[in-house]
Amino acid sequence: MSALLEVSGVSVSFDGFKAINNLSFSIGPSELRAIIGPNGAGKTTFMDIVTGKTKPNSGSVTWGEKGQSLLTMSEAAIARAGVGRKFQRPTVFEDQTVAENLVLALKSPRSPFAALLFALTGEGRRRVEALAAQVGLTDALPRKAGELSHGQKQWLEIAMLLAQEPLLLLVDEPAAGMTLAERELTTAMLVEIAKTRAVVVVEHDMEFVRRLDCRVTVLHEGSVLAEGTLDHVTKIPSVIEVYLGRG
Amino acid sequence: MTDTTPPAAPPFTLPKYPGGTGAGPRPSAALTPKGFLARNPSVLWFLLALAVLTVAVTILSPAFGMGSMSTSFVKTLGKTLCLCLAALAMDIVWGYTGILSLGHMAFFALGGYMIGQWLMYARTEEIVVQSLATSPIPATAQEIAQGVGTQIFGVVGGSDIPLIWSFAHSLPAQLALVVLVPGLLAFLFGWLAFRSRVTGVYLSILTQAMTLALSLYLFQNDSGLRGNNGLSGLQNLPGLAETSQDLLSIWFFWASAAALALAYILLAWAISGKFGSVLRAIRDDEARVRFLGYPVEGYKLFVFVITAVICGLAGALYYPQAGIINPAELAPIASIYLAVWVAIGGRGRLYGSVIGAAFVSLLSSWFTGGRAPSIPLGFYTIDWVDWWQVLLGLSFVGVTLWAPKGIGGLFDRFRGLRTPDRKGAPLGPDEGSLQEQEAVE
Amino acid sequence: MRAFLLGLALACLGLSAHAETVAQIVATHAADIEKPSRTTIGPVISDLAASGDPMAARLLEAWGNKQLGERKSDKTFFLLSPDPAGYALTDLTGAPAGTAAKSDITELKPNAGVRGLIASALVQFTLSDPDPAKRANALTSIAQDPNAESLAPLRAAIDGETDPTLKAQKQRLERLLTLRFDADTTARVTAMESFGADTGLDLRAALTPLVATSRMASAGPLEGKNIAREIKPGRDLTAVEAYDLLVADGSAPARITHEDQEKALADHIQSGSVAGFPVSDLSIQANRDRAYTALEAAGQVPPAATDDEVAAAITAHRFYEVYTEADRVITDAATAALGKISLKVGVLQVADLGLDGLSLAAIYFLAAIGLAITFGVMGVINMAHGEFITLGAYTGYVVQQIVPGYTASLLVAFPLAFAITFAAGVAMERLVIRHLYKRPLETLLATFGISIALQQLFKNIFGTQARPLTSPDWLGGALTFNDVVSISYIRIAIIVLAALFLGFFLYLMKRTRLGLEVRAVTQNPAMAASMGINPDRINMLTFGLGSGIAGIAGVAIGLFAKVTSELGTDYIVQSFMTVVVGGVGNIWGALAGATMIGSLQKAIEWLNPSNTLAAQTYMILFIILFIQVRPRGIIALRGRAAGD
Repeated sequence: MSALLEVSGVSVSFDGFKAINNLSFSIGPSELRAIIGPNGAGKTTFMDIVTGKTKPNSGSVTWGEKGQSLLTMSEAAIARAGVGRKFQRPTVFEDQTVAENLVLALKSPRSPFAALLFALTGEGRRRVEALAAQVGLTDALPRKAGELSHGQKQWLEIAMLLAQEPLLLLVDEPAAGMTLAERELTTAMLVEIAKTRAVVVVEHDMEFVRRLDCRVTVLHEGSVLAEGTLDHVTKIPSVIEVYLGRG
Repeated sequence: MTDTTPPAAPPFTLPKYPGGTGAGPRPSAALTPKGFLARNPSVLWFLLALAVLTVAVTILSPAFGMGSMSTSFVKTLGKTLCLCLAALAMDIVWGYTGILSLGHMAFFALGGYMIGQWLMYARTEEIVVQSLATSPIPATAQEIAQGVGTQIFGVVGGSDIPLIWSFAHSLPAQLALVVLVPGLLAFLFGWLAFRSRVTGVYLSILTQAMTLALSLYLFQNDSGLRGNNGLSGLQNLPGLAETSQDLLSIWFFWASAAALALAYILLAWAISGKFGSVLRAIRDDEARVRFLGYPVEGYKLFVFVITAVICGLAGALYYPQAGIINPAELAPIASIYLAVWVAIGGRGRLYGSVIGAAFVSLLSSWFTGGRAPSIPLGFYTIDWVDWWQVLLGLSFVGVTLWAPKGIGGLFDRFRGLRTPDRKGAPLGPDEGSLQEQEAVE
Repeated sequence: MRAFLLGLALACLGLSAHAETVAQIVATHAADIEKPSRTTIGPVISDLAASGDPMAARLLEAWGNKQLGERKSDKTFFLLSPDPAGYALTDLTGAPAGTAAKSDITELKPNAGVRGLIASALVQFTLSDPDPAKRANALTSIAQDPNAESLAPLRAAIDGETDPTLKAQKQRLERLLTLRFDADTTARVTAMESFGADTGLDLRAALTPLVATSRMASAGPLEGKNIAREIKPGRDLTAVEAYDLLVADGSAPARITHEDQEKALADHIQSGSVAGFPVSDLSIQANRDRAYTALEAAGQVPPAATDDEVAAAITAHRFYEVYTEADRVITDAATAALGKISLKVGVLQVADLGLDGLSLAAIYFLAAIGLAITFGVMGVINMAHGEFITLGAYTGYVVQQIVPGYTASLLVAFPLAFAITFAAGVAMERLVIRHLYKRPLETLLATFGISIALQQLFKNIFGTQARPLTSPDWLGGALTFNDVVSISYIRIAIIVLAALFLGFFLYLMKRTRLGLEVRAVTQNPAMAASMGINPDRINMLTFGLGSGIAGIAGVAIGLFAKVTSELGTDYIVQSFMTVVVGGVGNIWGALAGATMIGSLQKAIEWLNPSNTLAAQTYMILFIILFIQVRPRGIIALRGRAAGD
């Protein structure tokens, strides 16, 4: 199985501080992967690099079967290529309705002219309705996103991500601020999504990662410290030291 | 743009959200396509008001009606409509897209200069040809050019016609330039600025610098546009020397009203759909829009150029009514006033910007025209010619502080609309950069 | 002539031993004086000049002015002055000698040549006058109007000079005159070379006429002329100028103006055509020319060059720039000397430009630093910053109306301006800006509202005319290094002021608690707040401080610029540019930005000195392009702290 995303030998530094140091990582087309690591391990910077927000000093990031380099592409182009990203804090467009938010995210040509001439066709409409129903926001469709509760915003954002139909989903700490029930649901959802596409979950919470039941990559000081099942990596002394030694 | 089409994503199903209705997908009224007017109730009211105004002005005008309105007042109203048109453009670029451009009046003036070139050249040529016609020998092209050159450029000590007047003899060419010159300048500037991700206050300052550079350039005598003399006599239309200003003024009023109506409909259409949704999203959080796959810079550039062109057209209609244009017209302050009008009228709604521009510019000319009654305080008399600017400045601070929705906000009260209480969540515009920062932490 | 003068001068040198009185000399040479000629009078004048008698100068002066006369009765010479009776007489010892009727006196009227000799002899007198001030005056007058005649007396007056400064001046002037007027080419070249790369204006003024050129036209090769270069019509000179040259030297007929041609053609219309050309065809210039030429051939109009003939005449000739000075050796040496000088002048000009740029940078630094700090700490652009500068300048003006003495008033004005603008800044922060945090664009517009209100308020209070802010005398004048490099004391004072503020701010930021807190708020407001720093207080103080400095800058700017209500507006855009170019939230950024903007503006003005408007235009264009390369300014925060 060829890799969907291949990150190799990437380094990036800010004013001398090496945030990412010779990092290599790869993930297949339908795989669930958790990335764990203490604060400052470079998790967020790693996502920034993949989504094109930060350009690395060295290394390569290739995408898809054709091995296209993501380094020369803009954030928007990378997103169009099929990389979706969910931020830690829900970021939805609060001044617009839930429906508008979903239509914005809905996979469609992205150029200004296309947007001018866009009309919500039957299929697109059904898709938005389906997504809204799946996250329980059908009744909220005409409401402004700013009026939603924190949890509802999380769901709206997940629905927007799905509307984008990405091939790779980068999820930053999805469980933060969720109730236990919501966490369980999120876990189930991520596992389900990962059956058809690649999902990378960045998470602090070991319990949550355990529930995902997937391969785990441990980052430390900008490089991969260990990789394998959660049970496997938690037995490695260096990983224990990094987590326990640094609290 | 590298738009790589990803392989089709396989379908998937998701677990149901327990708190939802559980009824599965069902149609929602929020997604039902609505008619244009249903989505834009303001268009009908606006067109109605504009029509009433046009009819009233026509009836009162000296050309067609009772003449109880002076020609100069017809011109003032016509000019105000042009300013409203520029304010519409400003509202799109600032109120909807969040780019506080301090340069759109420069595009406005450029449009004026472009049409002014033709008006001045063609009119002068008419006069020169007329005066040469008395000679027994028919005039040569050089003689005419020489005469026109001396007439136009005598004030700046020249008689040669500069290269930038190459198309001045042709109305279609200059009309094309009315669109092309502001459009190209906006494209070039916008491309440079947006490409390097200059945003927010930085961008405002940069647009202000661009405006200043342009006006300083035009102030020079060798700029080819008559330095600080500017172009004058623009109220006289070539070929229509016999037509009275009474008639011309109402023609231009109609043209301005038609342009405003057309622009209002077009812009309302553009922003009521997904395009407007993208623009507002860019205003509120441009990084997020980028991660949705939208070429944010492309959208900004598109909006910047289109609105610059609208401003150029508005200027081309404005200056024949004003009669004169000079570089002071495109000083940065003019563009800032444009922003002031939109803010006072209420940005983020088209009718708000129109109301703001009309209200403030008419009020301004009433106060500074010396017609407003002075207020005697005993120890001091408030003369509005001196104090209007102070009042305007302070009321502007007041609007920003206490009525960020401007005059347009009053309409919401009438309609009983309330802003949703977001419980401390950030309020719409200008918050983008903040959220962007938080998002990556 | 020159050789003669040289001889005269040499004679003068050896004659100081003579001890005859003027009266004796005149008596000896009475005949020569009565009928002077240039050849015979030389020795007399030199004898007189060398006599050492104070009357000699008076006599020569009177003679040159045609005020010397001979009494017919006794053939005695007297100095004449007008008198009701005819002339009042003064004898040759200087004693009054009564009056005489005009008919009794024969006035001596020396011809121009003799008067010239007398004048140069007089120069020598003043050059050797016992009074150093008179000698200095004489030198100045020669330097202002250099001529060949002054050379010899000047040389003669060098050795006797006792004052070392004057002696040096005389020697310098002698070399300057030598290089222009000496008969001997070698001497001239030596004199030129003796200066090296001296950058004195006097030397440049002396050398420039030597390489003066005039334009000439020639049908064939130009012989026997000192040609500087060949010039091409259309490239080095316009076709009109080229043809005017041909007309001037008579090798072509005068050009006919279009008006005259049209008139001539109109006079010869015969049944709808001119010389066979239908009138309707004459709306094309080429046809008019042909018609005129036809009339010319028929002898009906005077010959004159039409456009086509002009073009032909120009192609048939070659045009040259020819040195006025015929000697190639001299022109070459002068060109070389000027080349050396202009190189050095160039270097010095760059140095001067550097000083100018530095002082401009200091002004921008003062004007922008407050802006940079508030922007850095609070992310707020204060559009009213320019009005705070104006406020400072007006404070200075008002203080000068009350406090006597310019020095004392300045000492009061600086702290007072700081206090007033500080208070204004704090008030603005408390009343307006505090409510608009996190809405930077709205702050921009609100502060703009304050800006227009303040500007109009200034106009209402102080009127539209410029108010003077006079600097004390000790700030007048300039520190001059040489003819090229100089800087006025006001500018030095502003550079010093800017340096003081730089030091003050570095101290404040790096060494005080306030500075630490300000830096903390700049980098991470949320974290700073959680550490117990009150961001409200920091914001207020920062804003006050930034505004206070604007007030100080206002007083400084007011010292050399006109204080009007629009003073601030003139500086605000440059201040914005300084902040944008320099980078935000860093004092070194403001300094780097100010240096770059200041020196750039001066450099562009230097390249295009006639046009400061264009200079500003180009500078802004440059800045817009610069932002492409460094969007965050010269000194930018990098990484995640930059929030990009």
